[in-house]
Amino acid sequence: MLDKHAKLERNAIAFVFAIIFVASIGGIVEIAPLFTIDETVEEVEDMRVYTPLEVAGRNIYIREGCYACHSQMIRTLQDEVERYGPYSLAVESQYDHPMLWGSKRTGPDLARLGEKYSDDWHVAHLINPRDVVPSSVMPSYAWLQRNSLKNEDMDLHLAALRKVGVPYTDEMIENAAQDTYGQARPDSEPADAFLERYGEDSNVRAFDGDPGRLTEMDALVAYLQILGRLTDVAHQQASNSTGGE
Amino acid sequence: MISQLTRDERSSAMILCALLTLFGLALGIVGRDDVLGWHGALLAFAGLALLFVVMRGYYDPNPDPDRITKYYDDPTKVGVIVSMMWLVFATFVGDWVAWLLVYPELTFDAGWSSFGRLRPVHTTGVIFGFGGNALIATSFHVLQRTSRARLAGNLSPWVVLIGFNLFCLMAVTGYMLGITASKEYAEPEWYADIFLVVVWVTYFALYIRTLARRQEPHIYVANWYFLAFILVVAILHIVNNLAVPVSLAHAKSYSLFSGVQDAMTQWWYGHNAVAFFLTSGFLGMLYYYLPRRAGRPIFSYRMSIISFWGITFLYMWAGSHHLHYTALPHWVQTLGMTFSIVLVVPSWASAGNALLTLNGAWEKVRDDATLRFMFVAAVFYGLSTFEGSFMAIRPVNSLSHYTDWTVGHVHAGALGWVAMITFGAFYTLVPMLWNRERMYSSRLIEAHFWLALSGTVIYVFAMWNSGIVQGLMWRAYAEDGTLAYSFIDSLNEMIPYYFARAVGGFLFFLGGVIGLYNIWMTTRMPALEDPPVYDLPPVFETEPAE
Repeated sequence: MLDKHAKLERNAIAFVFAIIFVASIGGIVEIAPLFTIDETVEEVEDMRVYTPLEVAGRNIYIREGCYACHSQMIRTLQDEVERYGPYSLAVESQYDHPMLWGSKRTGPDLARLGEKYSDDWHVAHLINPRDVVPSSVMPSYAWLQRNSLKNEDMDLHLAALRKVGVPYTDEMIENAAQDTYGQARPDSEPADAFLERYGEDSNVRAFDGDPGRLTEMDALVAYLQILGRLTDVAHQQASNSTGGE
Repeated sequence: MISQLTRDERSSAMILCALLTLFGLALGIVGRDDVLGWHGALLAFAGLALLFVVMRGYYDPNPDPDRITKYYDDPTKVGVIVSMMWLVFATFVGDWVAWLLVYPELTFDAGWSSFGRLRPVHTTGVIFGFGGNALIATSFHVLQRTSRARLAGNLSPWVVLIGFNLFCLMAVTGYMLGITASKEYAEPEWYADIFLVVVWVTYFALYIRTLARRQEPHIYVANWYFLAFILVVAILHIVNNLAVPVSLAHAKSYSLFSGVQDAMTQWWYGHNAVAFFLTSGFLGMLYYYLPRRAGRPIFSYRMSIISFWGITFLYMWAGSHHLHYTALPHWVQTLGMTFSIVLVVPSWASAGNALLTLNGAWEKVRDDATLRFMFVAAVFYGLSTFEGSFMAIRPVNSLSHYTDWTVGHVHAGALGWVAMITFGAFYTLVPMLWNRERMYSSRLIEAHFWLALSGTVIYVFAMWNSGIVQGLMWRAYAEDGTLAYSFIDSLNEMIPYYFARAVGGFLFFLGGVIGLYNIWMTTRMPALEDPPVYDLPPVFETEPAE
């Protein structure tokens, strides 16, 4: 063996190929099957896509680095399920490009945050976390309320997401910018059009409390309120398993 | 610097600067409505500034024709200084965000200064800014000495060094502007990623061409590690950053993979960034500078072979231990755990090899803070690789994951191993590079050593405590069968540990400032008339005059 290695050490090109070969095996064995094995991601019928406003909110979540302190992945552990809700399923992040499972909980997990608190609570909390949770160490995000949402290019965002596999229709892409207004302005014409495209169950609210202005706060709160609610399958699975006892 | 380039090379440099400026302008113009425009402006400005520097030295006399009989160390010199500057900047930001977790109001009412944006500035600054520049600088130095050949290019080392730093600048300014792909340790967006690929291909080409010139039949161990670092980081970087940009005028992109596949790809990347950036490359440093400083050969050639191939093969399987108990299929988790445990063997082979090399030179370790840096680095390397294997065991991970224990573990590796080996290497290297007899002040090295060590120990102990307390509180049940603590209860318990961590981080930062000062003052010391001869010169088989 050592003789062979002594030979390899004399040949830089052979050494390069040896490194590439040896280093590639692990990744190929572990990653490639995830794309082909059917069981990797559950198939569910009620899985819905993010609306344009929620996509914009998700992008703000990414921009502000929220994932550095908040996970979105409830593990299959008893205490986590009791604290946060049913454990996360693969399908729930099927349309998450990129995934935001996170790696650290300086704050709590957010996988099932949607509709746990009111919009008002979120707005107050984001403006100054310590107003609602006195010993919180979360930063203030007051500027979200001041910034208007940049939404005129949302069609391009949805088109890019379709390229990587999210099933947006042509109609959704064409009306993406309009739909961000619709979702945040109840009882308006754009709101009706939005509901027609994304379903009656979608949230249409003035998320930041001001229907007259579309802010980054609107988008982020809309996103936070949909976390864990793109499909009901995790709750169904949880109630089936307790019902069977 | 410019005086070392021929007139032709200066012309080529000017063309490259002009291309960079044009690229920046193009990016700035198409991205003018987006944050992308800022990065276009940054590149255009950098291109112009470099162009100005080259033009100013353009009519300097041509360099001495027998420059090619000497090693080319200018890029290494710049790399060492820049690396230390990144260290000071990025540990400052790190300590700032550490204080933010104690005093969340210690910030401005603006996006750029919030924890979420500054945290990747810290991580990128230390890993890529400090670590990456240190690796580039030392790899150039080691490569030439162990090959007894001059770098195979006079311009391409600068392309690598300057290009890499522009990438780092785009990364950290991008986060503050709100540009991030959110993948941990791979946050820069698509255009910066492509930019880095160009730089990296240049780096590899330079490395392999210099190796082809070598006058030693065998490629030395340190170069195996540097090669693995260059090659595998390229593979990881390209695969994990596959994405579709919103448009050519947008900084934002959407990753090609989603959900579980994206998570696996990300942690395959994330863990192997630790392996091939923060381990392989720095082991390359260790295998050269430690035996040189100790004046003893590496203890075992056989152990270094086992260790090298073990690390190169096994690490690539280990990433899935970041995803225990998640929606990732169970078999992948189990594979990741298994290989992570086996990983302790090659890791300890290298740590052991380093310590056994020092066996017999303990009086030098005692007296020489530079060698002591490298000794402590090997100890921390052994400790944190053992801890890593331990934390990868699924039930242990159920407690440690998502807590500060992970943060403590990473810093045991990053401060205790990566930074310490770099300081040891730099203090060995700097007098050689500038032809000085010794560093400016050995007492300042001593001070740096104790600040770095105490800072690291305080940091790591604080995070072990907070992490385990957190993990235990989250899973504690009261007698009535309900969860005993709310999340905020666990956070309230963290405050003293977060305070201690920020103090430890400050000590480490202070050590870095002293290190930079000491290195800077060494470069300012008067040159010796009869400088010590540190290295055998490069060898030429044929006359290089042609």
